[in-house]
Amino acid sequence: MAGAASWSFSENDFKQIQQHLQAFLRDANARCALLVDRTGQLVATVGDPPQFDSAAFASLTAADFSANDQLAKMVGEHEFASLVHQGQKESMLLADVAKRVILVVLFDQRTTLGLVKLKGKAVVERLTKVFEEMFKGVGAGPSAPQKGLLEGAEDEIDKLFG
Amino acid sequence: MSMINYASREINCKLVYYGPGLGGKTTNLEHIYGKVSPNTRGKMISLATETERTLFFDFLPVDLGTIRGFKTRFHLYTVPGQVYYNASRKLILKGVDGIVFVADSQIERMEANVESMQNLYDNMSEYGYDLTKIPFVIQYNKRDLPNAAPVKDLQASLNPGWPVDDAGQQKVVPDPTHPGENLVEKVSNEWVGHAAYLEAVATRGDGVFDTLKTVSKMVLKTLS
Repeated sequence: MAGAASWSFSENDFKQIQQHLQAFLRDANARCALLVDRTGQLVATVGDPPQFDSAAFASLTAADFSANDQLAKMVGEHEFASLVHQGQKESMLLADVAKRVILVVLFDQRTTLGLVKLKGKAVVERLTKVFEEMFKGVGAGPSAPQKGLLEGAEDEIDKLFG
Repeated sequence: MSMINYASREINCKLVYYGPGLGGKTTNLEHIYGKVSPNTRGKMISLATETERTLFFDFLPVDLGTIRGFKTRFHLYTVPGQVYYNASRKLILKGVDGIVFVADSQIERMEANVESMQNLYDNMSEYGYDLTKIPFVIQYNKRDLPNAAPVKDLQASLNPGWPVDDAGQQKVVPDPTHPGENLVEKVSNEWVGHAAYLEAVATRGDGVFDTLKTVSKMVLKTLS
C-alpha cells in the first residue's frame, strides 16, 4: 500500500448515522454524541452542540484511544473496546465502531453510566453494521472516494496555491 | 487517509511534520498559527512537557480554500522528536496523507537527522505505507545558522534517492523549485527518485508556507 486509503461517505450514510445516534441519545438520556475517525477527524456530531473546539476535541480523542489501544496490548489485552472518563458533573464514554471510528458520548448527572453503557452497546452494533456496509465492496478496506471528485481540477489546485 | 464528507462538503487530509528533536517542527506550526487568519484555522493544541518539549503532538487545523465546492481542510500534526517517544510518534503517523521531514541543518545534528529519517521509514513500513509513494517533502531548517551544513551534503545524507522500478515513471521530472535539478532522473543506468526539498528559517517564517503549500498541493493532486 502506497499510503493510507481514502474513504468517503454519502449524504444517505450520514443521515442513517445521525438517525441511529439521535435515537441513542433519547434512550440513554445523554447530551451529545460525536463520531471521530481513528485518524482524528470529526465525522458527525448529534445532540447539544458542543461548547468546545470540536476539531481539537476529535484529534485528542483519537490520540487518547490509540494510546489506550497500545496500553491494552502491553497488558496482554487485544483491545480496550470502550473507555470511560468520569468527572464530577460531566463524563464521557468512548467506544470502538468497526475498528475505524470512535463513538464519543458526553453525558451528565441526568443519566447513569450503566444506562449509557447499555444503550451504547446497542448503538455500536447498529453503527458497526452501517460502517461495514459502507466499507463493503472494496474488500476489507474503506470505500474509495468517488472517482473524479477532483479529476481535472489540477488548474484549480494550482490556482489555490498561487 | 483523506476523508471526503459529501454531507458537509469537506475534504479532510492529515499532514505530519516529522524530524529530530529541537529541529523546528513545532515552530513551523506556531508560525502558521500566527500568520493564518483566525477564520481559516482552529485552535492549536500542544501536548508538551513543562519545558515545552513536545510530549505527544501539536495539532493545528487549517482551511486552505475551496475546490469544486469542497472545503479543503488540513490537519497539521507534529510528532515528538526525541528518540524516547517512539511509541507515541508512531501513533501520530496513522492515516497520514503527506509528510514534511523537518531536518536540522546544523552539522552537529546530522546524525540525529539520519537516525530520525531511518525511524520514519521504519515506522511507515510497519503500517504498510511506502514513503516513496506518498506526498513527502524535506525541509532543511535553520539555514541562517553559521554551522549549517551545505544543502548538497544534507541532500546526500537524507535524500540520496530511491530506485524507480515502475517503467511508467521512468522519465525525467524536473524539480520545479530548483532549476537544473530533477526529482526523477537516470543516474549511471539506474532510475532514481528524490523527495522535493525546501530551505527554511522557521523562526523567521522563511520557507514555512512554501513547505506547507508544496506538500498540500501534492496531497490534493493524489485525489485528482
